[in-house]
Amino acid sequence: MLHISHISKTFNPGTANENKVMSDFSFDVARGQFVTIIGANGAGKSTLFNAIAGSVIPDSGSIVLDGEDITLTPEHKKAKHIGRLFQDPMRGSAPGMSVEENLALSSGRGGWMSRISKADRREFRDRLALLDLGLENMMKQPVGLLSGGQRQALTLMMATFNPPKLLLLDEHTAALDPATAEKVLALTTRIVEEGNLTCLMITHNMQSALALGDRTIMMDRGNIIFDVAGDERRGTTVEDLLRQFKNASGGVLNNDRMLLI
Amino acid sequence: MSLNSVFGLAQTALELGLTSSLTVLALFLSYTMLNVCDLSTDGCFTLGATVGAVVAIAGHPYLSLPAAMLAGMISGFIVALLQTRMGINSLLSGIIVNTALYSINIAVMGNTSLLNMNKTVTVFTKMKDALAGSFLGEQYKLFVVLAAVVVVAVFLALFLRTRLGLAIRATGNNPDMVRSSSINPFFTTTVGLCIANAFTALSGCLLAQSQKSVNVDIGSGMVTVALASLLIGEVFLGKRSIPLRAVGSVLGSFVFRLVYTIALRFNMPAFMLKLVSAVIVVIALAGPYLKKELPMIRRRMDKRSSREG
Repeated sequence: MLHISHISKTFNPGTANENKVMSDFSFDVARGQFVTIIGANGAGKSTLFNAIAGSVIPDSGSIVLDGEDITLTPEHKKAKHIGRLFQDPMRGSAPGMSVEENLALSSGRGGWMSRISKADRREFRDRLALLDLGLENMMKQPVGLLSGGQRQALTLMMATFNPPKLLLLDEHTAALDPATAEKVLALTTRIVEEGNLTCLMITHNMQSALALGDRTIMMDRGNIIFDVAGDERRGTTVEDLLRQFKNASGGVLNNDRMLLI
Repeated sequence: MSLNSVFGLAQTALELGLTSSLTVLALFLSYTMLNVCDLSTDGCFTLGATVGAVVAIAGHPYLSLPAAMLAGMISGFIVALLQTRMGINSLLSGIIVNTALYSINIAVMGNTSLLNMNKTVTVFTKMKDALAGSFLGEQYKLFVVLAAVVVVAVFLALFLRTRLGLAIRATGNNPDMVRSSSINPFFTTTVGLCIANAFTALSGCLLAQSQKSVNVDIGSGMVTVALASLLIGEVFLGKRSIPLRAVGSVLGSFVFRLVYTIALRFNMPAFMLKLVSAVIVVIALAGPYLKKELPMIRRRMDKRSSREG
């Protein structure tokens, strides 16, 4: 489904701040796979997502999604096939517009001059009801009035309204309180499973990195240092991950948000 | 003051307010919705006035309106092009185009900075002829501008609820979200600025034709005047639905002209218009900020006085 071959990215080349984030990085994801990604600060996790989603263009190498080379495709065109959630729940929706207006835009239906129809509204309401957050009764409310958890759940729905070929989750529950985070995470797994979506999720929670999905990779300084799936993964513990990291990188895993439990 | 002169004042304010409310509606689209402060507004207003005047003088009173709007659209397109495709700061794009338009406006008028339309057939003289003899005969100007304002306001209210309209609103609200909805924010910015500037140009065209003359300075300061009106309108109907906020913009424009006309009556010199509008804009924009900062300022002052005391 996703083939990343030999991509490199250096920020601020030729200056004192030169930062070689990735060099000759390759990574393959099969259709329907749910990969969790962990790694220290500056490991290149977010750069990887930026390169896939198009907000950063790699200096070299290629990214192929479902047989189509998307290395140089502009971000908004990639967005048709790639859904993305950020850590900041404010980033995915327009605060001054209502819930249904946000949904209408992301649903991508109708021509430029079309308006929200009754059928659209009914469908939005039904699908919002599935989130079980009471959003179906807030369709006309500006999104700015929603809580962080509600907004992130809405963004998740907007990103998956038309099932994307690839869903990128960049620590999308990190800014939420633990109870809400759990709820949004449960929603995420449900939506990913129901739609059989191919999904990459960056997380700082080692436990959920192993519990969710079907493959876990660990990144360090722009490389994958540990890649585990299947039976081997089922037997892996958080301690194993930490040991793996120490062996591979010779240092202690230092992510200021990392949760070990 | 006699009743007649009160009506006279109100009528002048209404005519002028409605004419410039088209520019206010343009800023409602570009400034409030798209979050772009389009500083080419002055030049574009004048462009509409000059193009409209030249076409009307050439004998096409009706054609003058779409011609002016088309010219405004092109001007808006260039402003958008500079800021979306050429990496020029959005304020600077407006100022650059505004400067360029000064030369273009003089060129449009045929190397002069003043055109007279005393004997020209315009939409206003057409309306005057149509209404001649009826009891509404004196209100012909009002009818023309009212019709234009209603058409533009209804168009905006409907347009902003279409998918394209929603995308334009979202562009001003959260461009990231627009991109992730597979819509190019450059495209929505361009469409928004084209439409807004068409209205600004129409506004200039109608003002020039109603006062039967156009000079190259007709639009100077228009962006501040319109912004003042827009902000006054927000005081009345700021947090309502989109159609009501559009009505609020028109209302704000009328209130601004009314206050100004009354002030003129009380011997305020006419040249004060721009100073007054500048002060209104400063108050409206700085007010909320200062209100927020006030508790902190108070605490600092208290601390200082207690230290001294």
